[in-house]
Amino acid sequence: MLAYVVRRILYAIPILVGINVVTFALFFLVNTPDDMARMQLGQKRVTPEAIQKWKAERGYDKPLFYNQGSLTDTIFFEKSVRLFAFDFGRAEDNRDIASEIRARMGPSLALAIPVFLVGLAVNITFALGMAFFRATYLDFWGVVLCVAMMSISALFYIIGGQYLISKLWHLVPISGYAGGVDAAKFVVLPALIGVVGGIGAGSRWYRTLFLEEMTRDYVRTARAKGLAETSVMFRHVLKNAMIPILTGVVAVIPLLFMGSLLSESFFGIPGLGSYTIDAIQAQDFAVVRAMVFIGSVLYILGLLLTDLSYTLVDPRVRLD
Amino acid sequence: MPTVLATDLLVWLLVAAAIAFSIYCARRPHLAAPWARVFRSPAAIASGVFLGFYLLVGLADSLHYRPALPSKEGGPAAYSVQVVSLLDVALASLRNRTERTYSAPLATRLFQKEQVEQPDGKSLRDFPRLRHGGAHLQDEAEWGRDIALRVAAGLAVAAALWLLLFSLTRKALARRWPHVPWTAAYAALGALLTVAGPAAALAAGYHVLGTDRIGQDVLYQALKSIRTSLVIGTLTTLVLLPVGIAAGIAAGYFRGWIDDVIQYVYTTLNSIPGVLLIAASVLMVQVYVDANASMFPTAAQRSDFRLLMLCAILGAVGWTGLARLLRGEALKLSQLEYIQAAHAFGVSHTRILSRHILPNVAHIVIIALVMDFSGLVLAEAVLSYVGVGVDPSTTSFGTMINAARLEMAREPMVWWSLGAAFAFMFLLVLAANLFADAVRDGFDPRVRV
Repeated sequence: MLAYVVRRILYAIPILVGINVVTFALFFLVNTPDDMARMQLGQKRVTPEAIQKWKAERGYDKPLFYNQGSLTDTIFFEKSVRLFAFDFGRAEDNRDIASEIRARMGPSLALAIPVFLVGLAVNITFALGMAFFRATYLDFWGVVLCVAMMSISALFYIIGGQYLISKLWHLVPISGYAGGVDAAKFVVLPALIGVVGGIGAGSRWYRTLFLEEMTRDYVRTARAKGLAETSVMFRHVLKNAMIPILTGVVAVIPLLFMGSLLSESFFGIPGLGSYTIDAIQAQDFAVVRAMVFIGSVLYILGLLLTDLSYTLVDPRVRLD
Repeated sequence: MPTVLATDLLVWLLVAAAIAFSIYCARRPHLAAPWARVFRSPAAIASGVFLGFYLLVGLADSLHYRPALPSKEGGPAAYSVQVVSLLDVALASLRNRTERTYSAPLATRLFQKEQVEQPDGKSLRDFPRLRHGGAHLQDEAEWGRDIALRVAAGLAVAAALWLLLFSLTRKALARRWPHVPWTAAYAALGALLTVAGPAAALAAGYHVLGTDRIGQDVLYQALKSIRTSLVIGTLTTLVLLPVGIAAGIAAGYFRGWIDDVIQYVYTTLNSIPGVLLIAASVLMVQVYVDANASMFPTAAQRSDFRLLMLCAILGAVGWTGLARLLRGEALKLSQLEYIQAAHAFGVSHTRILSRHILPNVAHIVIIALVMDFSGLVLAEAVLSYVGVGVDPSTTSFGTMINAARLEMAREPMVWWSLGAAFAFMFLLVLAANLFADAVRDGFDPRVRV
């Protein structure tokens, strides 16, 4: 088990290196720091001196790979290799990116965790309901509703929910955030919207998993024993269908840290999602690069957790 | 002067490919059978009618030209820098009748108060009459009657058109394709005409869906957005397919180090958060466009380049899913007896791949293709909201939503731009989802029981 984990972690290293090279290529080779400077300083009539100054302030004035016998005093080392040590440098507004990320993790999780847990519970409930009433009108219209809900843009859920609940009914503040217990009143609406927006795709997917499980032999055996349909569903089908559901869900747990891009920026929650969006809109390359790296690390962590969760949930799977 | 934008060219190429593919399929019974199953589903037929309408609008919007400017006698012909499409010509009345700023759907007066000159010379702050919306009304009290008359006329024309189509085509279609549930098609057509007829009748005198901040007709914008959505939903797959198919099949069939390399590449690409990878690439494209402004003589060409690059980026990010699916399937297939037999006979790799593997994974490719479409349409809106979608000057559902979002705080709220964008997008995505489901059911061999 331990050997497996170690090997998987070692596998992750070339992938992280690859990510680093891809981002480096995107940010420094496809366009030179000169282009970035011109973009940041405004489009037209930028003096070469201003560009030089901009580059020097941010350390972009070094050679890309090789600097007079030194490999460390280069852009590649300063901007890309340092990411491995979680040294992200400074943003355009000269704030330390690492401390900013630490500060914003809390609000992101305050929104992401409720959405994740409640969403999972709601989706499983709906899916189980549809599977229980399979091949009836309830199931049919449930699936139709799911497809319709999947077809609605995430932006609509957010804008519609914000308008209806905050603006017309004045139940919760339109946007903003506060620390501690006060966070609840700011988080409840985006969380609700996140859950509702995920019902369509989630329930439909889990429904197919349940239905697949219900064609298995042990289900027939359970029915043949004379078990009531409800106990077949809850005691046998639900338990076994949880294997694909849980292992599928484990992959996204680390990514919860990244926050939700849309909800956070619409509701003014100072999390990592809105940080990312602001960075993209302000074209703050340092922050985007840092977020790409963190996201990738979390994704790889998710893959590892998925593999491990197979062994934990399903004793038939052995890792060696 | 006809102007061929890069996306136009690719769109028409895709249309040609689709026609060629359908002829190819129709001649081969084993390929025609799954499609016949698809078209036996009423939901697929009904959504197909709606998709057809969207497609018509999108294609009409993909024939561009630059209108000639009135030039001096004998002088060289001069052309406008504005690129217009066939759809623009058809909707010229909608395009040109702009107001000063916001006006509500079917309104006769502007949404904002302005200084209005009274007949007696005094000026007063009031909602001024619109320049075009309801301008034919002498007395605004007639408004309700006028609307009702127009709706009735629109419905009558729609009903007549529907009856005409129904009586002309029903027998021929039922004879040619007896298993297709044509009732669903006619019902969908009826629903479409019921909305389109009155809308067209009202559009002649009013702004059916209101106007936006700079006074442009929202209905016109929504119709223009269709092309952008379709382009993103289809051209992306053009990039995605060759890469995904080649990588997936090669990894599954050859295994060994080829598999390792391909798996490494797609795990790496997959690990980078999609939005960020897209954002980074789009920012790069934007820098490139700004640095090479001379490459693009018109604004339309510039925004078209960005649209094309967005498709390429989405494709470059999106091929990994397809590759993974195909790898698994090719792994399974390459173990089967008939492939081993082919090996034993000394059949070359290329021949095994093209004759045995590729046809047997084609259903996965087709299912993935139609399933991706709706996701891409929805993604466009989100990306445009984030600011890494299409060029701000390109009309798309995303840019419409983005522009309207700024007016959310206004009291009373300006809802029509948002509403129109969401409604048009919802219909398109819903139709695409239903159609994709039918395609999946028709092609997936496991579903056949």
